Amino acid sequence: MCGIAGVIHRDGTADVGAELTAMLQSMKHRGPDSTGYAVYGPADDLVVIRFVLAEPLKSTGFGMEERLERNRAEVESRLAKIGAEVATVTSDTGYAFRATIRYGGDLKALADYLEDVPGCEVLSLGSSLEIIKDLGDAETVSGQYDLGSFRGTHGIGHVRMATESEVDLASAHPYWAYPFADVAVVHNGQLTNYHQWRRRLEQHGHRFQSECDSEIIAVYLAEYMSRGLSLETAMKHSLDDLDGVFTYVCVTGNELGIAKDEMAAKPLVLFESDPLVAVATEEAAIRALVKREVETRDPYEREVLVWQV
Amino acid sequence: MPGSGSRSGVSYDARGLVEPHADMPDNIEVDGSRARFDATDLTIRQINMALRRLIYNDGITDVTVLNPSSKHSLAVGILKRCRIHFEGSPGWFACGLIDGPEVTINGRVGWSVAENMMSGVVMIERSAGSLTGAAIRGGDLIIKGDVGARTGIDQKGGTIIVTGDVGINTGFMMQRGRQIICVNAGMNLGDSMYDGAIYVGGKVRSLGVDCVPGDWTEADTELIERKFRIHGLGDPPEFQKFVCGKQLHNYDALEPSERKLVIH
Repeated sequence: MCGIAGVIHRDGTADVGAELTAMLQSMKHRGPDSTGYAVYGPADDLVVIRFVLAEPLKSTGFGMEERLERNRAEVESRLAKIGAEVATVTSDTGYAFRATIRYGGDLKALADYLEDVPGCEVLSLGSSLEIIKDLGDAETVSGQYDLGSFRGTHGIGHVRMATESEVDLASAHPYWAYPFADVAVVHNGQLTNYHQWRRRLEQHGHRFQSECDSEIIAVYLAEYMSRGLSLETAMKHSLDDLDGVFTYVCVTGNELGIAKDEMAAKPLVLFESDPLVAVATEEAAIRALVKREVETRDPYEREVLVWQV
Repeated sequence: MPGSGSRSGVSYDARGLVEPHADMPDNIEVDGSRARFDATDLTIRQINMALRRLIYNDGITDVTVLNPSSKHSLAVGILKRCRIHFEGSPGWFACGLIDGPEVTINGRVGWSVAENMMSGVVMIERSAGSLTGAAIRGGDLIIKGDVGARTGIDQKGGTIIVTGDVGINTGFMMQRGRQIICVNAGMNLGDSMYDGAIYVGGKVRSLGVDCVPGDWTEADTELIERKFRIHGLGDPPEFQKFVCGKQLHNYDALEPSERKLVIH
């Protein structure tokens, strides 16, 4: 059981970090183990990289501090070697980092080169996407990473109850659509043809950060969009190709889309107004954002909807 | 009323999920046999504690809950004749397992409203989520809007009236009772139903396994007109009737007592 949420402002930037935190915290009962965000700030000519060098529960202990520092230095060295000009590197936790760089090269080569550093996992890459995820509930993670001050146009979030895998970052959502910039997904459900699609996408050169079925959706959509399909068309294709029960929310640099499987087995509530669209597993999350009685609805089976910034 | 009623008076378990103890709210206004309170700052446990104490202990027969704020599991398991009014939208599992209350909801509801309701009336002024009236056994459930998927799944009795559309698998494995859908129905209507009747005023996207058009009788007209009149729903539209084709689950060879056992 997990909770997902998404918000998109069609009239400019807002406190999307704080908004998603309020929505996700109201669904804490659906998953207190980890919380993740994919938020979009104003795009500029810098590439934003979010990466971790260790799992939170393995980030302390004998020699760990020195190892993290050594690996961080190695990441910066590799950025320089691959031709990136590093603008900033900051860390809120000692194991999770945010870097901004000037880089016009191949993002896949960059991600692969960085992930060759021991313990390094690139959470997101893009001109405006930032994926932040950690253990604990939304207020805990938001406080750690100062998400309360994040302003942007749109974002998605996820609270996770670990039922079949570890309580760790690798299993936490959202998933970045490696190696495609600025695409991320959160998902509630189970995909029953995960291994089939994973093999198929791996044959196309994709690699996966986790054993989680949700990651397939992100890579699947990005693969189809890289062939020239719109997000909406790619999402409609996914309803035919992906088996199982699922509801997912996908974001790109300027869009937010939702899709429900043909059985409508997983919940999602939608609130739509001219300036704001909000979606969430439960209406309680909508109420945490819009603190008044509003008209909402449950999208039906095989429904795909996309909104632009 | 004793207790602080503030959130600071509430304790949670280590993961912050379960609320094992709570104080009775102190913002309840009582006027004879009527009471009302604002649920904005109350927890689920506090709201239900207040409802139960007012209805069972204090002789209150008419309770208004203001601002339920989409909180889950409100007014569950009330087994006494009374009136409960929600001014605003409850969340999931509202009014489950009730036996007797007349509930009005001036808002929308989340999944599984009135699940396993045994008797009474639940009237919802706006839309509802999926699993509306799941396993309902009796009473009337009226939704003045659209509902999600699997309405009346495993329905064992009672009447569900939806003035808007319904989603996929409505009436799945329905065993008794009636569903009156005023507009359109999604795919697999009445799939694997055992018995009962489903009336649809609009289009049916597809019928489920063993769900077939049924013969219209005077009793059908009388039922629909009576329900619409009782609940103030205006003039009913024209309906098509759908029933079980008796090809999948056929209990006609069983004795009445055996039928009852199977259905229960």
